[in-house]
Amino acid sequence: MEIGSGLTIGLILGTVIGVAAMLIWVERRLLGLWQERLGPNRVGPLGLFQVVADMIKIFTKEDWTPPFADKFSFVLAPAIIMTVVLLSFAVIPFAPNIGIVDSNIGILFVLAMASIGAYSVMLGGLSSDNKYALLGSLRAAAQMVSYEVFMGISLLGVVALSGSFDLREIVHAQEDMWFVVPQFIGFVIFLIAGVAESHRLPFDIPEAEQEICAGYHTEYSGMKFGMFFVGEYLGLVLVSSLITVLFFGGWMGPAFLPPVVWFALKSGVFICFFILLRAAIPRPRYDQLMSYGWLFLLPLSLLNLLVTGALILMN
Amino acid sequence: MTLLFYLAGAVAVISTLCVIVQTNIVHALIYLILSLLAVAVVFFSLGAPFAAVLEAIVYAGAIMVLFLFVIMMLNLGQHSRDQERSWLQARGWILPGTLAAVLLVQLLNVLLVIDHDFVPTEVGVLEVSALLFGPYVLAVELASILLLAGLVAAYHLAKK
Repeated sequence: MEIGSGLTIGLILGTVIGVAAMLIWVERRLLGLWQERLGPNRVGPLGLFQVVADMIKIFTKEDWTPPFADKFSFVLAPAIIMTVVLLSFAVIPFAPNIGIVDSNIGILFVLAMASIGAYSVMLGGLSSDNKYALLGSLRAAAQMVSYEVFMGISLLGVVALSGSFDLREIVHAQEDMWFVVPQFIGFVIFLIAGVAESHRLPFDIPEAEQEICAGYHTEYSGMKFGMFFVGEYLGLVLVSSLITVLFFGGWMGPAFLPPVVWFALKSGVFICFFILLRAAIPRPRYDQLMSYGWLFLLPLSLLNLLVTGALILMN
Repeated sequence: MTLLFYLAGAVAVISTLCVIVQTNIVHALIYLILSLLAVAVVFFSLGAPFAAVLEAIVYAGAIMVLFLFVIMMLNLGQHSRDQERSWLQARGWILPGTLAAVLLVQLLNVLLVIDHDFVPTEVGVLEVSALLFGPYVLAVELASILLLAGLVAAYHLAKK
């Protein structure tokens, strides 16, 4: 395997989408485990074929576009989220010889894709011409724009320590020590901002079922809804692999397992952690989320950056 | 890279034209985002990846989100589309068309005498930052003071 070859690109694309689809089953089983119930266990061994059943269902459902919706943006919105999240995987180094591009603007590229991803939920809600959808996308817009800020600032400590925006260089810079040790605050802020960016529970305020139906995707059905759904799981996989690369040494680990397995194991732990978050923490109110971000996370991430910079200058 | 440059340039020009003639404001905004992204690719093909990604983050990713945010609040329907259409009469094109044509002729004149053997060298993040915080540090500080003034004003207005 060699970096950027057609085979590698195809394999990465297939694996990432396959993992995202499998997560539908993993999440429901794990939630069942943690909430002391069974979860889907009827279709196939351990309920594993539930994924296939769900896929058949979602592909054969009626794909309905409401007559009052703005058709152009309505169709465009779900495609944006899938595209930008999949494009972000292009700069992730999975192992020493597996990856698509080694870019000297790797982290910035991921941040740019995340900020363009915000259009997906905004356009989806706006074009639906539905009160609940509009409320959901207003919430999503404010939430994603705010948490993008802390996400970017929390990463700057890692960039300053490794001296590069290239994700592969960042992994190499962690040979002696994982960045989670000197950048623990940065790691926690990135984790929180990552949950908010992929708007998963407990920060799923844009689609809070109990308050505003399903938020921005209230009017979506069939495969268009499926793309929002899979896009969310892809975002989860992306955030987990970014945490692995930036703070936990990427593919590095003892030599008895191949590097790519270490990468998958570390990312898997974070994916399970995100699912556990969903099972454990209730959803905050919208204003609580905003004031928590701007009044607590922003000063903290700026302080973290200042202290990191001062320590680097002292050495 | 040359092919990439011309392709992205063409996308930028065409989508900017679409921004002007589009009567649906949301569609116009999507074309504007596309145009900004195309300009980012132009920067990239000219050897400025840092400028390219900043264009995507700041313009396409942040400023346009605020535009869309305002449009969401305004509830613009058929009425605004009719108004836009009435403003796009052929008569309104004459003066701006002539002025733009004059500029285009001048631009083509400049392009004809320019040295065509220009090979772009890649300018990385480090070079840009060394310049920004070296000889141009005063401009950076002034810009940050300007932004701070805007921030304080916005806080004051929102508090009222």
